[in-house]
Amino acid sequence: MITINPCSAELPGALGETMPFLCDGAVITLQSAVGGSVLAIAIALPVGLMATSRHRGVRAAARVYMEFFRGTSVLVQLFWLFYAMPLLTGFQLDKLFAGILALGLNLGAYGSEVVRGAVRAVPRGQLEAAVALNLSPFQRMRYVVLPQAFVEMVPPMNNLLIELLKATSLLSAITVADLAYEGRLLVNSGSDQLIVFALLLAIYFLLSYLITLLMRFVEGRAARVVGRERPRRRAATAVEAAR
Amino acid sequence: MIRFDQVVKRFGDVTVLRELDFHVKPGERVTLIGPSGSGKTTILRLLMTLERVTSGTIHVDGECLSHVRRGDRKVPADERHLRQVRKKIGMVFQQFNLFPNMNVLRNITEAPVRALGVPREQAEEKARELLDMVDLADKAQAHPSQLSGGQQQRVAIARALAMEPEVLLLDEVTSALDPELVSGVQNLLRDIAHQGNLTLLCVTHEMNFARDISHRVLMFDQGQIVEEGPPEQIFTEPEQQRTRDFLQAVLNA
Repeated sequence: MITINPCSAELPGALGETMPFLCDGAVITLQSAVGGSVLAIAIALPVGLMATSRHRGVRAAARVYMEFFRGTSVLVQLFWLFYAMPLLTGFQLDKLFAGILALGLNLGAYGSEVVRGAVRAVPRGQLEAAVALNLSPFQRMRYVVLPQAFVEMVPPMNNLLIELLKATSLLSAITVADLAYEGRLLVNSGSDQLIVFALLLAIYFLLSYLITLLMRFVEGRAARVVGRERPRRRAATAVEAAR
Repeated sequence: MIRFDQVVKRFGDVTVLRELDFHVKPGERVTLIGPSGSGKTTILRLLMTLERVTSGTIHVDGECLSHVRRGDRKVPADERHLRQVRKKIGMVFQQFNLFPNMNVLRNITEAPVRALGVPREQAEEKARELLDMVDLADKAQAHPSQLSGGQQQRVAIARALAMEPEVLLLDEVTSALDPELVSGVQNLLRDIAHQGNLTLLCVTHEMNFARDISHRVLMFDQGQIVEEGPPEQIFTEPEQQRTRDFLQAVLNA
């Protein structure tokens, strides 16, 4: 069997010229997207929950973070983290790290809103039943509210993660050698524009479709947990029980 | 067992309960009847600590629900106190409120395991006994969405009983059921009422059911008790015109 390495320089013509560089860029793009996603989700969960708190101060803190990072552009946040912060604090961040930080903080703010909405969407009766069964506030959240809210979170999170992937192209503005950066470099050094830009489209699309596939899998699992979509082998008994 | 003293509950400008006094003895089964909005359900929700009183006090087994004594002052109860008093009380809801993210068995065992610290095997054994009692032994692994409304409500009753409450609150437990499923749930509750020494507080629009299970019926209107007495008296020779009008309307419906 012949396997073709899509990143090989042996590929014919313009592909061989450009793909090795684009692959390098794609790896950086993927790294920043994964790093940014992990950070965004790590921020979104606690901040989103804080936004549903009974305590006004906690809610306000979450609100300030969410509004600030949603309301300013990723690019400007990137400039602040990478160029302005060293001037203020004398501390220079690594550029990839600064990029991941900016993406995580920005998309984390959107993600918090998703988490807050999903927690709010769990019917009140669920929480009341949990109180009536004398579960502690933590247990109510952990075993009753969050598993149900999680299902609601997945589709909008899918959107956000795709947004995040595409926003990684902004990292080229602080000279991170991501996919968009490599593409522009190739064009500037004389590669065929049409081919390079077409390849960029294709690679970004592939990556985002990868995210969608992954999130669909997660969504299916989550839906099964709350019984929206029953495991196939039990579908028959469900019909029976409905009678 | 349960004592309401001068309890007032307001939601904004709406007064739901007006200086309500009443008590329930241990093991007594009391049914609350009356038109919608007369405050019956609010009484159950106050007891379950789902709502807080605007003023007045509620005692359960001598313990105050809403306040704790700190030195000479009474301060609003904290979560720890609430969890202490909730131990004695269980509730079954109109909409069942089974947890959709757990199967039937876990719906019943979750709270005993998490809140009371019962070992899981022991909780499951108890749960299977309860499922047997509610006639759903074969549904332990089923998912709530695979059950009919009547079955779900029977699971919800088993779930409440698994916590071994002294007081059980029934909030219009058959109102959301299809007519043909009502009697199954009612028969189950009749059995539970007559074999246990559970204190029962029941809000219902089913007068026959109320007559069967209760020692005493309280007729509510506009946040106050307008009449009370044993079911035979309330249902056959009510003294108040308001009660007569209400019963007439309900029984002819």
